[in-house]
Amino acid sequence: MNIMTILKTMDYGVAPENTDEAIAWLSEHKNKFGLFINGEFLKEKKAKYFNTYNPANGKKLAQITQGTKRDVDMAVTSATIAQQSWAKLSGFKRAKYLYSIARLIQKHSRLFAVLESLDNGKPIRESRDVDVPVVVRHFYHHAGWAQLMEDKLDDYEAIGVAGQVIPWNFPLLMLAWKVAPALAAGNCVVLKPAEYTSLTALLFAEICIQAGLPKGVVNIVTGDGNTGSLIVNHEEINKVAFTGSTAVGRLIREQTAGTGKKLTLELGGKSAYIVFDDADIDSAIEGLIDAIWFNQGQVCCAGSRLLVQESIADRFHEKLKARMQKLRVGDPLDKSVDIGAIIDESQKQQITKLVKIGVEEGADLFQPNITLPECGCFYPPTLLTDVDTSHHLAQEEIFGPVLVSMTFRTPAEAVALANNTRYGLACSIWSENINLAMDLAPKVIAGVVWINCTNQFDAAAGFGGKKESGFGREGGIEGMYAYLKPKYENKLKACKAQVPFELKHKHSLATVDRTPKFYIGGKQVRPDGGYSHAVVSAKGELLAHIGKGNRKDIRNAVEAARKAKGWTDTTAHNRAQVMYFIAENLALRSEEFATHIHSLTGVSKKLAENEVYASIERLFYYAAYADKLDGAVHAVPVRGVVLAMPEANGIMGIICPNENPLLGLISLMAASIAMGNRVVIVPSQTSALMALEFYQILETSDLPGGVVNIVTGKKNELAQVLADHYEVESVWYFGDRKGSEMVEKSSASSLKRTWVNNGKARDWFDKSQAQGQEFLNQATDVKNIWTPYGE
Amino acid sequence: MSKTERNPGMPLNLDWVEGIQVNTSAVERRAKSFSGRRSIKKKHQAAWLLKALSCIDLTTLAGDDTTRRVKRLCNKAKSPVRKDILKALGVEKLNITTGAVCVYHEMLEAANGFLKGSGVELAAVSTGFPAGLTPFDMRVEEIKRSVAAGATEIDIVISRRLVFAQDWQALYDETKAYREACGDAHLKTILATGELATFRNVAKASMVCMMAGADFIKTSTGKESVNATLPVSLVMVRQIREYYQRTGYKIGYKPAGGISTAKESLLYLILMKEELGRDWLEPELFRFGASSLLGDIERQLEHHVTGKYSAGFRHAIG
Repeated sequence: MNIMTILKTMDYGVAPENTDEAIAWLSEHKNKFGLFINGEFLKEKKAKYFNTYNPANGKKLAQITQGTKRDVDMAVTSATIAQQSWAKLSGFKRAKYLYSIARLIQKHSRLFAVLESLDNGKPIRESRDVDVPVVVRHFYHHAGWAQLMEDKLDDYEAIGVAGQVIPWNFPLLMLAWKVAPALAAGNCVVLKPAEYTSLTALLFAEICIQAGLPKGVVNIVTGDGNTGSLIVNHEEINKVAFTGSTAVGRLIREQTAGTGKKLTLELGGKSAYIVFDDADIDSAIEGLIDAIWFNQGQVCCAGSRLLVQESIADRFHEKLKARMQKLRVGDPLDKSVDIGAIIDESQKQQITKLVKIGVEEGADLFQPNITLPECGCFYPPTLLTDVDTSHHLAQEEIFGPVLVSMTFRTPAEAVALANNTRYGLACSIWSENINLAMDLAPKVIAGVVWINCTNQFDAAAGFGGKKESGFGREGGIEGMYAYLKPKYENKLKACKAQVPFELKHKHSLATVDRTPKFYIGGKQVRPDGGYSHAVVSAKGELLAHIGKGNRKDIRNAVEAARKAKGWTDTTAHNRAQVMYFIAENLALRSEEFATHIHSLTGVSKKLAENEVYASIERLFYYAAYADKLDGAVHAVPVRGVVLAMPEANGIMGIICPNENPLLGLISLMAASIAMGNRVVIVPSQTSALMALEFYQILETSDLPGGVVNIVTGKKNELAQVLADHYEVESVWYFGDRKGSEMVEKSSASSLKRTWVNNGKARDWFDKSQAQGQEFLNQATDVKNIWTPYGE
Repeated sequence: MSKTERNPGMPLNLDWVEGIQVNTSAVERRAKSFSGRRSIKKKHQAAWLLKALSCIDLTTLAGDDTTRRVKRLCNKAKSPVRKDILKALGVEKLNITTGAVCVYHEMLEAANGFLKGSGVELAAVSTGFPAGLTPFDMRVEEIKRSVAAGATEIDIVISRRLVFAQDWQALYDETKAYREACGDAHLKTILATGELATFRNVAKASMVCMMAGADFIKTSTGKESVNATLPVSLVMVRQIREYYQRTGYKIGYKPAGGISTAKESLLYLILMKEELGRDWLEPELFRFGASSLLGDIERQLEHHVTGKYSAGFRHAIG
């Protein structure tokens, strides 16, 4: 083509990124990579290899080692040994290593970007301008956290060895999100990159060598899902961090249940992209391009569900179609390409299949008239309009360049549609009305909200989901907590088994017969089943018969908690007032409660009095905190604010400890309701009668009905119903090991957050372990709301 | 390129104007991304630079302008690139010129003589440029005189105060009067975007000017402290797109001031192509208000031909 012709067509031509250095790097390794364990690349003669390909042209790039059980054992051992001294290094020393890693990645940034695009198929623009810069920023930021650990997180310590399994959509970026906070906090890691995309992780391993990182701190074990499973299930792993599909996340939740391993999951999504009629429509469309056609739509937080206000829907769709016509699909290494290759043929087939289903269900398909490369794995940008909530594609994650569109009439309807999903990862809201946008942000159930922007990421801001999008945050201080444990945890001892007192005096119901009932929705309710069991005092006297709760009682209690949403929405000041009032009323009856404790547990009267006193103080403590867990404004590199808002989990199940019948119950209840949760409490056998006495105090303290619900009965049976319940957002379990395991395992279906004691007892009098940050963190979830500003 | 039908203007539609929303941060993000999204290399780059060159309004707006100074500029406009370079590029037959020469009224007569038959348009800044605060009838008269003196394009300045007052009717009436005074000459409306304070003001003023019959909307006089930028350009071309989608008329765009490098000029062309399309990559619908830009483009073209970095003195100054 000569210049005369170009002047007529004004085409862009091709602008290929040079791949020589990346190819040379592969050749240096003879296109064959061993595992990176204990600071060196292993050369195993017997190792099995699999191929990694460039999805844009199907050509083989290199051979990657399939990690075996022996390899994983070796990696975990090396990490375990390294961790002892790594955690003991000063924050400054760890910071220097992380800083060095950041600098080295920056120095080799283009090599990383090109290698990433070769291996993954994402456009070089993205790997160069988004992935790698965010990676570098992540290591810099976390060098800072290593430094500041002693200042800001002094009550916490490293968990130990983290097993990390990451996906193929952002190979290096997800590595950074996993490795940087883990190392900053003093953990060592065994990381498995995705089978399709191991190369940048292996280049990163070389960076670790160059940075002089002590041997064993970072171990990279490549392989398929089996290797990942070996890591996740390895006994010496203390923390599992996984990013990937909801199905695998669920499996990991089940497999790690009861092992005591800490777990964070970052899973799928079907994030809403809400456009109001007062939005800057051109900008909203441009945002949509970044939302769903970034990385070929293979993004967990992709804005894949467009919700557009009816009044502008037609015009919006027309403009969107015109914009889509400008998208360039092709060679990821071409600097003028917007959409690169789909990771693998199987993924492309899955996308094709899902789009076909959508069309069969009545969706209107639009694909722009643009050319796709003849070979390689490509899929055109796709818009499906006329999709309704009942359609498969309105609910299922496609994980490809496919947008589905629906319309809404009012802000309330926008929220209802946005939340009508099993997922809860991200949401974009476009409106020039700050009142509207800020009103919606808290109402949308998602870990991240982007106002008038989309797909913004930064190391200083937490990222992570709710519901079946997983739990835990990456980035910011909220991300650091995911790699730390409170220092007191190591000191906790096993719970003593609870043996009910023997009934010695069969006719001891001396006073008027009392009928403690359940407390549900602010009312005293009889057990659904009509069964009761005896409560026997330490002296063997029959104190009362209390109800034996069943599934339906739990169902009713959750229902009542659902209706009490006003508690979550009310002001923190109001919550504090109610809690002070509870404390006040408990104080009035402190003698009576002390007597109860004494007779129920057999502890001395003095100790019983102390317990009541401590309970009153604890109510004061969390009343004080109700309006003081402020959240943060994260310092991200945009003109604007990122509001890190701690939000209530919502509906919580709380299974109380056997120790300290009153104080244990109040510690858990107070922490959770202070933060705006509504709770269903299952008292322990010792505390059951106490809890039922306690509701009389709740009744007289202006606590709205449904905020606290109490159902007694067999602890683990009821715990299971709560853990299984799809509407319960979080379960706290304080009981035996078996119960802990059961709760974690059962939570897998809904992927709710759980906090279990693994059969360990706390000293509820000891403030360092019975109240504070850990409780507040567990009672809340941080939502990061990105709000760029400027006129 | 087919000649586009001239915008006849339309009655002022305040619903359109008041419905305009511009999100500054989002506009800035998009504007910043052009350089990463498109890359033009080698032969294509040379072609695109020639295109940029053909869209330049070669301008002199100085108090010390003289006839001979204007003559030099006109000759440069007619022959902007060294012939050996054009030949090496294989475009010597194209008779490449800049889009126009832009001068004050007093220089029109001379410039008209120098440019006759060259195909280079002759533009005059008008209406009490750059402040636009001379008496209204004198501003209208200035246009008429400039057209009579041979100007084929009139660059007017809008009354910024009407934008601050959000008096869209007055802005419309004023611009409409200018358009009528232009007759067959094309009307370019300078918004002085650096003074309008917000992108919303820029967008609304753009729309009102197009409704009043502007053939081009233009950013700056070159005398404001902030001249053309990519974000403000994005705001304006999006309004051009909106007007086109609603009326079918294509309005031209002219960023002016501050664009001095070949690299930047490519970004503007990319912006036009991405936001509006191929049709807007012609001097009929796109101009640079720039002078020093030409020199850099010449150097880059020579580099393309020889493979060696060029120097300013190797090219005729304008």
